[in-house]
Amino acid sequence: MRTLAKLTWVEIKLFIREPITVVFTIVLPLIFLFVMAGVFGNTPEIDPETGKEIFRGVGATDYYIPAYIGLVIASIGVVSLPVHLTAYRERGVLRRLRASSIPVWTVFGSQVVVSFAISILGTILLIATAIPAYDAALPESPVLVLAAFVLSVLSFSALGVLLGAILPTTRAAQGLGLILFFVMMILSGAGPPREVMTEAMHWISDATPLRYVILMLQDPWLGFGWNVQASLVVLGIMAMAVLLSARFFRWE
Amino acid sequence: MKHSDDTIDEMTAVIEVEHLRKTYGTTVAVADVSFHVNEGEIFGLLGPNGAGKTTAVECLQGLRRPDSGNLRVLGLDPQTEATTLRRRIGSQLQESALPDRIRVWEALDLFASVTPNSSDWQLLMEQWGLTDKRKASFSSLSGGQRQRLFVALALVNNPEVVFLDEMTTGLDPAARHVAWELVRAIRERGTTVLLVTHFMDEAEQLCDRVAVVDKGEIVALDSPQGLIATHASEIRVIFSTDRTDLSWLEKIPQVHQVERLGPRVEVEGSGPVLALVATALVEHGITPTDLRIEQPTLEDVFLRLTGHGVHD
Repeated sequence: MRTLAKLTWVEIKLFIREPITVVFTIVLPLIFLFVMAGVFGNTPEIDPETGKEIFRGVGATDYYIPAYIGLVIASIGVVSLPVHLTAYRERGVLRRLRASSIPVWTVFGSQVVVSFAISILGTILLIATAIPAYDAALPESPVLVLAAFVLSVLSFSALGVLLGAILPTTRAAQGLGLILFFVMMILSGAGPPREVMTEAMHWISDATPLRYVILMLQDPWLGFGWNVQASLVVLGIMAMAVLLSARFFRWE
Repeated sequence: MKHSDDTIDEMTAVIEVEHLRKTYGTTVAVADVSFHVNEGEIFGLLGPNGAGKTTAVECLQGLRRPDSGNLRVLGLDPQTEATTLRRRIGSQLQESALPDRIRVWEALDLFASVTPNSSDWQLLMEQWGLTDKRKASFSSLSGGQRQRLFVALALVNNPEVVFLDEMTTGLDPAARHVAWELVRAIRERGTTVLLVTHFMDEAEQLCDRVAVVDKGEIVALDSPQGLIATHASEIRVIFSTDRTDLSWLEKIPQVHQVERLGPRVEVEGSGPVLALVATALVEHGITPTDLRIEQPTLEDVFLRLTGHGVHD
């Protein structure tokens, strides 16, 4: 436990010392908030052509805040965590840790705790910006949102460990991670509202984990209650990622 | 161990290797290697890069699975009891690294936390000359500083056996000598040292016994002095003279060969050849001012045993 605590603290410091990662993970969602909230405001809107509600009938800013919290979580899971782990393997850091008898669960455990720390930081920054600047609403069901948050971070951390376990090089992790990140960002609920997307876009969106994480966070946030279906999908992804990681992880 | 008694050796052997073999695909890294290391010994694996030294050591650390052979370190099986074993050994690895932005003190503090009986890492930092660099990031360290940090990390858990793999590679001559002193100091604490090196002088200076490894096999195993006595006993006595007839030198029984290159004379021989040659020279009225002796080194042993130099 002492080693886990020390390793976690070191990893948090390492994360903060990497300015590009900090900007990408925490500042990028803030920039999107600035753009989207600036363009769409926070009043519920009707699509003038179809006469239907967009943004699920709520203000755009309220719609986007839980989505951007999901984006922070996803960014850690598909970009920073896999890149970090593959670099550790490629450079012999894992080898060094293993030779000193630092167990693999400590290495993964510290990454999960770091994911939580960064996600919480990102979330606080988003809320602290959106409420005074754009008059956004606080979550309707805070306890359910918290549960969804915990589940989301665990699930994307597991996915990140899996990508780190199966991708051979840091370059591969960077390439695939960024593609996954941007596809999910645009199509899975953090980009244009779902109501204006084509059916093909919906298919892709429905195949990405971020879609379900955002639904799971958004529903209790906006007062639609707990999304059972989305939470089951997120749980399933987590279970699959844990099993496959245990099967395919290599130290070197 | 002149009067080697098998039972006593068994009791004090902290590393036992019997018929270790490890291949990577069709490449044979370690063909068939057997040796044992006694408690408190500095044992060297000496050989060129690619001889299989590192692979053998990685099998002992439980980092690689051997194809066959019996291995015991501190009485433990490196494969099935790796976790217990790694807490009792220290490893300085080739081809390993730390995160770029980790600081020296953070690394020592982290690795010290693994075992409850760790030594004082502040003291280690001091001993290995890293105190000035305590807040420096790993990526800013020079090759020598990184090497010293890795050795300090290998010692931080108070190991009973420490594996040092090419410890002085990348160190300047002064730093190498400091490192040698520290290895001797490690042994003074009662820690057994397995030293992997391709430096002849390092093996000769530090090791109690040396296994000469070439192409995945041990070609000789003895103390450095023993190896030299057995495999390269020729001593060379060198001096200059303008006298042409030196046939009387060849009559000395311990002299095997006399070679001339202009005024320079090289006499090859064994045993007390220096004293005998010197006496004969004085008797014949020759008193060269440049009379000197070249002792054979492990380099000569290596050349003799393998037919190639260590850097070939």
